[in-house]
Amino acid sequence: MGEIVEIFLSASFWAAVIRIASPLIFATMGELICERAGVLNLGIEGIMVVGAFAGWMTVYSGGGLWTGVMVAMLAGMLFGLLHGTLTVPFGLSQHVVGLGITLLATASAYFAYRLALPRVTTPPRIEAFQPFPIPILSDIPLIGPALFAQTPLTYLAFVLVGVVSFVLFRTPLGLALRAAGENPAAVAAQGLSVTALRMGAVMVGSGLMAVGGAFLTMSAFNSFFFEMVNGRGWICIALVVFGAWMPGKALLGAVLFGVFDALQIRLQQTSIGADIPYQIFLMMPFVLSILALVIMSRRAAIPAALMVPFNKGER
Amino acid sequence: MRLELIARPSPLRLIGFPMLALALTVVFGSSLALLAGANPFQTLGLILRGAAGSQFALLETLNRATPLIFTGLAVAVAFRAKLWNIGAEAQLYAGALMAVLIGTGALGWPSGLLLPAMAGAAMLAGALVLLGPALLKTRFGVDEVVTTLLFNFIMLLFISMLLEGPLKDPMGMGWPQSSRLIPEARLPRIVEGLRLHWGFALALIAAGVVWVIQSRTTLGYEMRAVGANRQAAEFAGIPVGRVMLKTALLSGGLAALAGFSEVAGLKGNLTLDLSPGFGYTGIIVAMLALLNPIGVVVSAIFVAGVFVGADSMSRAAGVPTYIANIMLATALLTMVLAIALTRYRVRWD
Repeated sequence: MGEIVEIFLSASFWAAVIRIASPLIFATMGELICERAGVLNLGIEGIMVVGAFAGWMTVYSGGGLWTGVMVAMLAGMLFGLLHGTLTVPFGLSQHVVGLGITLLATASAYFAYRLALPRVTTPPRIEAFQPFPIPILSDIPLIGPALFAQTPLTYLAFVLVGVVSFVLFRTPLGLALRAAGENPAAVAAQGLSVTALRMGAVMVGSGLMAVGGAFLTMSAFNSFFFEMVNGRGWICIALVVFGAWMPGKALLGAVLFGVFDALQIRLQQTSIGADIPYQIFLMMPFVLSILALVIMSRRAAIPAALMVPFNKGER
Repeated sequence: MRLELIARPSPLRLIGFPMLALALTVVFGSSLALLAGANPFQTLGLILRGAAGSQFALLETLNRATPLIFTGLAVAVAFRAKLWNIGAEAQLYAGALMAVLIGTGALGWPSGLLLPAMAGAAMLAGALVLLGPALLKTRFGVDEVVTTLLFNFIMLLFISMLLEGPLKDPMGMGWPQSSRLIPEARLPRIVEGLRLHWGFALALIAAGVVWVIQSRTTLGYEMRAVGANRQAAEFAGIPVGRVMLKTALLSGGLAALAGFSEVAGLKGNLTLDLSPGFGYTGIIVAMLALLNPIGVVVSAIFVAGVFVGADSMSRAAGVPTYIANIMLATALLTMVLAIALTRYRVRWD
């Protein structure tokens, strides 16, 4: 037991929690925006791969770090445009299109990687984002190193939650967006375009998912390798449900997830972990996500028109 | 823009749009080859030759199509009832696991008894793996898309744990792989000397059985009714939840047969790379077949051909083999759009 208490009292543990949560926060906010507008975006897993690749590739070929983030975001928005075009005006199955986008995006990133680096076996590293300790605040014990000595992308992730929350619940745009996901006919009756709102949400959301992916290559692993996203996109979909489609609660979910993930890594090195196969620890994130879905499913906060295509003039 | 339902689509529309989708896929694939510095015509030629240019190539394609027919059927059955089973990968591994548990010497039965026992156990395991998410859906309303996806990761880790623990082959030089099946547990080849095994025949039979279930039985009718309109089905007195669960059992069982056939017919043991995503590719197979079980056989052979052809082309022309996945994803997306356009007219007003 002492070992576990020791883990919880170490500053590096909490720093890791926030680091693990950061990419999930970006991607979860992206998915949340899409779903609030009524579109389930199963392209998330592939779009994260594209973001991870695009950001890394930009920096690897000499671009700046923030340029990399922008390129990743634009690449994500491009796939969002494709997803949106097929699912919004054409109203195709969001399940099938989303999975198709994930396959297309993943394969495109791998294809481009192999084109750029045909014979590489060890993935090359880049000079990634460095931690940027905020003066004074980062000296607070425990909380300081965790919250205020992270890379700029992590700070951006937390700011993003506030922005998304504000736009969704305090602006006319947010109201229209939420209405598009609850009662699109009412939005159309107001003279607003449901198509434009949903397309915009899917594109912006996909851009954020890609930034989440870019975090992995530009702020965590510093290189791009196959299978690096490893189900994080699917976990983000679970986090949106866990957070009952609310940005703040989803953030809490992502941090909670970070706690469990950072804990399992450290438990593997303790005396308890020595007797348990490491795969059990690796399973935990996925098992917990399913558990979270089961616990939260009773609350019917789901946007009423999620996955319901809207065709103007159809009754 | 808005969509307008066409009461009676013309034959030109019905054939034209899907053909256009395939043409677009080929054009897109060619431009990727061009991008990779290869001659597009040569690249397409190499893919075709690699997939069907010789007896060896053709049999390789049919071998690769075998697991895809099973996973394609699994997806087709589930999607028809709007049960979104994205977990065929996990069910496949569950089937492979049962094949190895029974077939490595635990039962010393003759082939005629052992193989059906393995197949039956595999189906049962796969069915149970999907029953979990299906129950979560019918009981708690938990979206099965996410749960089945997450189960894929859990199952692969579980298999990895077994292969490094109790199932590890003592003769495997430390590799995480299971012991080999006993000879009685191997699916024989259809023609002596050729690589094609009986798993392919079993896949064809499965497609026939699924066709009969879907078009000739009450369950098939109920599954279609639930998929078409759940509220209407409920109103008509169809036990929607029970139909969902039956669909899940059938779908999971079919996907598990892919694992059984790969282990017993092709590989002879269980490794972590048994399936290069057959479960996910099954979704493409099923969608290209418009969820029709007989169509699944055709589309599985087509999809397998693209993979086998792209592999051989990649070795010859140096275009990364991921071009196969890109082309299949493009085919999937353009085809669902094309199918929609055969039924709807776009109005710009």
